[in-house]
Amino acid sequence: MSKPGRAVVWMAVAFAGTISIATIALRRGEQLSAMWLVVAAVCSYALGYRFYSKFIAAKVLTLDSMRATPAERLENGRDFVRTNKWVVFGHHFAAIAGPGPLVGPVLAAQFGYLPGTLWILVGAVFGGCVQDFVILLFSVRRDGRSLTEMAKDEIGRVGGLVAYLAVISIIVVLLGVCALIVVNALKASPWGTFTIAMTIPIALLMGIYLRRLRPGKVLESSILGFLLVMLAIWGGQWVSQSPAWGSYFALSAPTLAILIIVYGFAASALPVWLLLAPRDYLSTFVKLGTIAMLALGIVALRPTLHMPALTRFIDGTGPVFAGNVFPFAFITIACGAVSGFHSLISSGTTPKLISRETETRMVGYGAMLAESMVAIMATIAACVLQPGTYFAINSPAGIVGQAPEAAASVISSWGFAVTAADMHALAQAVGEQTLFNRTGGAPAFAVGMAHIFSHTIGGQALMAIWYHFAIMFEALFILTVLDAGTRVGRFMLQDALGHVWKPMGRTSWYPSILSTSALIVLAWGYFLWQGVKDPLGGINSLWPLFGIANQSLATVALCVATTIIVKMGRARYAAVTLAPLSWLIAVTFTASYHKVFDPNPRIGFLSHAQQLASGVSSPTSARLIFNDRLDAVVTGVMILMVSVIVLESAVGWVRVASGRAEARVRETPFVATRFAEEQG
Amino acid sequence: MTVTGALLSRVHRVLQIVHAMLREIFDESAYSRFLRRRDLTPSRDSYAQFLQESETARAQRVRCC
Repeated sequence: MSKPGRAVVWMAVAFAGTISIATIALRRGEQLSAMWLVVAAVCSYALGYRFYSKFIAAKVLTLDSMRATPAERLENGRDFVRTNKWVVFGHHFAAIAGPGPLVGPVLAAQFGYLPGTLWILVGAVFGGCVQDFVILLFSVRRDGRSLTEMAKDEIGRVGGLVAYLAVISIIVVLLGVCALIVVNALKASPWGTFTIAMTIPIALLMGIYLRRLRPGKVLESSILGFLLVMLAIWGGQWVSQSPAWGSYFALSAPTLAILIIVYGFAASALPVWLLLAPRDYLSTFVKLGTIAMLALGIVALRPTLHMPALTRFIDGTGPVFAGNVFPFAFITIACGAVSGFHSLISSGTTPKLISRETETRMVGYGAMLAESMVAIMATIAACVLQPGTYFAINSPAGIVGQAPEAAASVISSWGFAVTAADMHALAQAVGEQTLFNRTGGAPAFAVGMAHIFSHTIGGQALMAIWYHFAIMFEALFILTVLDAGTRVGRFMLQDALGHVWKPMGRTSWYPSILSTSALIVLAWGYFLWQGVKDPLGGINSLWPLFGIANQSLATVALCVATTIIVKMGRARYAAVTLAPLSWLIAVTFTASYHKVFDPNPRIGFLSHAQQLASGVSSPTSARLIFNDRLDAVVTGVMILMVSVIVLESAVGWVRVASGRAEARVRETPFVATRFAEEQG
Repeated sequence: MTVTGALLSRVHRVLQIVHAMLREIFDESAYSRFLRRRDLTPSRDSYAQFLQESETARAQRVRCC
């Protein structure tokens, strides 16, 4: 296409994007088609990728296609392998796409669709994608070094230690929250519990199939596993209808929590091939397929959003979680906009597969755009529900009451009409006993997804199947994060303890495996138990804690990135990482302040503890008070760690900028690629 | 080449990439590379060796939230 032709096309994209965003932002009092969100997202991503990421690649990072990557220089056919850019893109996307971009936007929908949508678009284009892209490139230029190693090399030993502690903390909090989401989705749901329970023998079967019957045929065994899971979903309805079998699988939240804790420990200590790897394959297979199906479903159905653009809960009185739209919308949606966790993947497996430096743009920036699109789809799935239904599912019993009539009356009094009969009919349609007080985001997302799927294929008759398919998809997805995360935490702990006592560092020594697995599982298990016992549903205190932890890690990653950019002599372009860094500092510090010190007991941990202390004393209140104080300490420690790394980084920038320190980056020296002809 | 031919060739290329992507995500490519590197043929024993070699790497693979 000629240059003027291209200019016209890009102007049309910009125009369509502007009109869509203006429509989303300004339309009030009438329902909106979800396609406006889709068009706004596609146009924003296209413009961000074409212009902003290109600017960063050319001016800030000066990508060099003639520079050999570690995949070329250190190629060993195992970890370091030159790989097609599209293949790396898919691999990277499969690793970064987790439950976060699905759950966060669903919870943030309590503010209306507007705050979440704008943050997802702006946060991804100017923050999350930039973080993933620059960390990937800097890791490629350092032989695939991890974020914590880069922090130590470029910022200093304290920076490295803080990054390490931040990673461990986020893993523990994340796993506790993930487990809580599964518990809330499966409690008193024999159908869902049966389906998820069946994925364990299915994964074991897949492991044996792979090892004994058809060695190495992973795709084949994943398809087989998927068919068996579909059979389990189909069979789940009979289990739920059978009084005898149904009672075995209708479990309470504490029972489910104990089972998940035991499962996490077993998955960490068992051989990988038997359970972890097959489940990982199965979960990835289901994840990629479902995301593709959801995208097609939204485009085919073009649903209408029933949630208003803004709800009254932007003032901080929301039932799903308490807190004003700023800063809480921005920590509630992490993955999908900016997620610090991605920096671990961008400095993990992916840099060892990159064939050319220039491909980091498509893989790092591009894959995060795809993840952001998943978050937009989750927003749509939540907002296609009637607001009354959305709040009935997501409001904890501690706010709206346990009895259906009372809950419906409270929610209707907020201006979101819903009746107990409507909710009963919906619960019947999806094969559940009740949908009231199903906090955590997963059930609301599942109802939204079932709504979209059933209107596309199968109609009302398949609503229950689609709902349980969605629940299975989310729970499987989350349990995979749980067992993989427990193992990663275990390895990190073994590595650290190995410096104190050498045998603990031996990853195959069973006493070390068992003790470190137990430590990690107990740490996240404590947060899970705390959430299960919380009368406000747990999500109110734990999801913000997870958001703060995740955004704190992003702050660490952006500090590392800014330091390297300054040391590269590109300080004049440091705003590309400094701007999102400043925003995240503002968000995480404000949110942490509120979570610790806010006088509203629904927001501040300390004021909640104070309120409990001044009430009637009981063993439960003593434990809740301890939990509140523990959460306040955890939040405080995370912010202290981030403050240390930000200060140490800022001192380094000033010293380099003022000429008092040498601007020297610790990257691998330039080696020319042997594949120069391939580069064209 | 006709327009249809060009289109079919492009579709074929896209399918090839999707297949390669899935093989990489599901570690089938890693197993093929292992076989080439060790000069082995696909079998239960070689797959067991592959799993043993990649156990630690796979267990440390981070999955995002």
